[in-house]
Amino acid sequence: MLEQIEGSQAVAKAIAFCRPEVICAYPITPQTHIVEGCAKLIREGAIQNCEFINVESEFAALSVAIGSSAAGARTYTATASQGLLFMAEAVYNAAGLGLPIVMTIGNRAIGAPINIWNDHRDSMALRDAGWIQLHAETNQAAADLHIQAFKLAERLSAPVMVCMDGFVLTHAYERVEIPDQAQVDAFLPPYQPRQVLDPSDPYSIGAMVGPEAFMEVRYLAHDKLLQALGVIPEIQQEFKEIFGRESGGLFHSYRVEDAETVVVTLGSVAGTVKDTVDELREDGARVGVITLCSYRPFPLDGLRYALQGAAKVIVLEKSLALGFGGVLASDVRMALQDTGTHVHTVIAGLGGRPITRKSLLRLFGRVERGEIKDPHFLDLDLDIVRREIDNQRGQITAGPIAENILREIGPRAAKVV
Amino acid sequence: MSDMTAEQKVKFYQKGTFTVGNRLVDQARRSVQGSMERSNAITSGHRACQGCGEALGARYALDAAMRATEGQLIAVNATGCLEVFTTPYPETSWQVPWIHSLFGNAAAVASGVAAAMRVKGREQVRVVAQGGDGGTTDIGFGCLSGMFERNDDVLYICYDNEAYMNTGVQRSSATPPTARTATTPAVGPEPGNVFGTGKNLPLIAMAHNIPYVATASVSDLHDLERKVEKAMAIRGARYIHIFVPCPLGWGSASHDTIRIARLASECGLFPLFEAEHGEITGSLPIRRKVPVEEYLRPQKRFAHLFKDGGDGVARIARLQRMADANIARFGLQREAEETPL
Ligand SMILES: Cc1ncc(C[n+]2csc(CCOP(=O)(O)OP(=O)(O)O)c2C)c(N)n1
Ligand code: SF4
Ligand SMILES: [Mg+2]
Repeated sequence: MLEQIEGSQAVAKAIAFCRPEVICAYPITPQTHIVEGCAKLIREGAIQNCEFINVESEFAALSVAIGSSAAGARTYTATASQGLLFMAEAVYNAAGLGLPIVMTIGNRAIGAPINIWNDHRDSMALRDAGWIQLHAETNQAAADLHIQAFKLAERLSAPVMVCMDGFVLTHAYERVEIPDQAQVDAFLPPYQPRQVLDPSDPYSIGAMVGPEAFMEVRYLAHDKLLQALGVIPEIQQEFKEIFGRESGGLFHSYRVEDAETVVVTLGSVAGTVKDTVDELREDGARVGVITLCSYRPFPLDGLRYALQGAAKVIVLEKSLALGFGGVLASDVRMALQDTGTHVHTVIAGLGGRPITRKSLLRLFGRVERGEIKDPHFLDLDLDIVRREIDNQRGQITAGPIAENILREIGPRAAKVV
Repeated sequence: MSDMTAEQKVKFYQKGTFTVGNRLVDQARRSVQGSMERSNAITSGHRACQGCGEALGARYALDAAMRATEGQLIAVNATGCLEVFTTPYPETSWQVPWIHSLFGNAAAVASGVAAAMRVKGREQVRVVAQGGDGGTTDIGFGCLSGMFERNDDVLYICYDNEAYMNTGVQRSSATPPTARTATTPAVGPEPGNVFGTGKNLPLIAMAHNIPYVATASVSDLHDLERKVEKAMAIRGARYIHIFVPCPLGWGSASHDTIRIARLASECGLFPLFEAEHGEITGSLPIRRKVPVEEYLRPQKRFAHLFKDGGDGVARIARLQRMADANIARFGLQREAEETPL
């Protein structure tokens, strides 16, 4: 049924149809509406036979999830930003134990300075933990990906993060096709754990492993994520057969066939990029977009194939490896190594800075004219940056950078928000 | 055994030890270890040091829990000596379903297991979480308090050897004042761990008003088993804090583990008591009070207290005051009104 609904509520409903058995969570903006939605659906009886556990931290949230999943219950949790970092140790652990937990990330910047708005540095910080990371482009995708995530997680016995942009998606009201229970039941079989804590067949989970076997154990975890490169499209197809719509998969290409310049990006900004591409196409420019759905595993071969016609690639990413540059850009470069394709790193939208069509149009122009350096920081106010660098250089007791800048741009900052 | 012997009061103690031999106790109160049906939850072949109190305590506790639940038990373990010495892959000493996740999350993992059992309608399957003192009083404290507060159906057992043993004997918040550890060395004006620090987890557990809290010791394994069985008969969050000497970390002889544990309780430093819903319901009286010196002297971690020239005497007196305060607080010096088992 088509509903005008907030992204978080659409996700909560999708989760409900997946018949979760344990949901545990700790509140953090912008994840809150999702877990509040789940709690309400349980209390109202829309989700039956499910425990909602209010824990005391994100570390506990994922730890409870580890216990319930290992004991054979379909388990869901959600977090963002500081919360994801707070549970980091358990994030690696859940993957190491091969537990098919599904977790939503309402992507949000990481402090300091504390900031509740969207970028991707939270999930990027945990990208190598062994979780499958799927990124939603729209709220429809967010809802659909959660349904696929359980199937994917359980088929591979690996945990899955579904990343959706904080506020931009979590708090946005859009039209979403909400599935019905019969469809989800037809798509998603009951959870059959690969390993389970059971007194009738006792075994030890999480034993210490020394140098004699650790490499093999790690290799197998890597191999499992590589297998996901095949399973994700399979599940995309199975989903289409039942729900009748295209959702999920490794990545989505938009007007790429004859494109000379292709933007590669992640998440909700794809919509704005597509609009920009349409506008440029009207003027005859041969541009296109690839939006990655699966960031981990990273579809190296698929991307290389999809980008073979492109002369230039612009990686537009809401992440930044401090002291290095682009994160997504280095993955894309890896996919394109030895092809001669020119890859531009564009860091944008950190801490919720809007990425506008105007800025993107200007960016395309500058890329065409060969005017940008790598990495390029979209809409960075260089005046402010230079002045603060001078300020810090001039005096040892220059004070906190963030506060200095805010003092200077106070009136303007309010407008951005 | 006839009914008559079942009612017979125990009068005999093993010579010099003040413990009761298993054969002198009536059938029902005999140790599960004396029975062919014992579950061997932690079976032989593990790599604990000789005389390890933790290995002994865990074995008795888990076998008692197995008996109480008729084998319907899942164990969760924090990182620490117990986890390491029982499991190096591909070997395992655990004959119960067992999971180790992290150092600081055993209580939360156990909450998750309990939730799964509840939702699957398998509430006969019970959960025990276990950790060392570091995994319990320090890094796992948040998860533990959360589990208590939610009154999840978990028995949490802390094996207290008063330091981080698995990483080489560093101070934890359960390390007693004056004890030498690798991070509280016995040098300087205040050698060993300082006074006025640390926390009493059994009392903190009681402050959560959970249904059952107890302390126990490997010096009295009958009492330990009884407390575990009692805990398993109760639903909700339960906590048992077991005193487990560590010969390696304490610098004591392997054969002295039980004796030192007994001295700890008999001097008053480690009181044995039980509490329900935040109220103390019982304690084991001290049968033969000993001065704290008797407990401290056989352990090298306290050796500096007995060196000439320092203020060891004053510091021992301060430890004695702590012990006396415990005795007063828990009413430990009274006529043994019944034979403690
Ligand atoms: C997050 C984290 N910090 C530190 C460690 C290192 N570590 C492993 S076991 C251990 C000591 C355990 O001490 P305790 O809980 O008292 O158990 P014991 O070994 O004494 O039985 C430490 C510090 C770890 N594994 N994980
Ligand atoms: S170091 Fe101590 S706690 Fe660890 S195995 Fe040895 S005796 Fe037991
Ligand atoms: Mg310890």
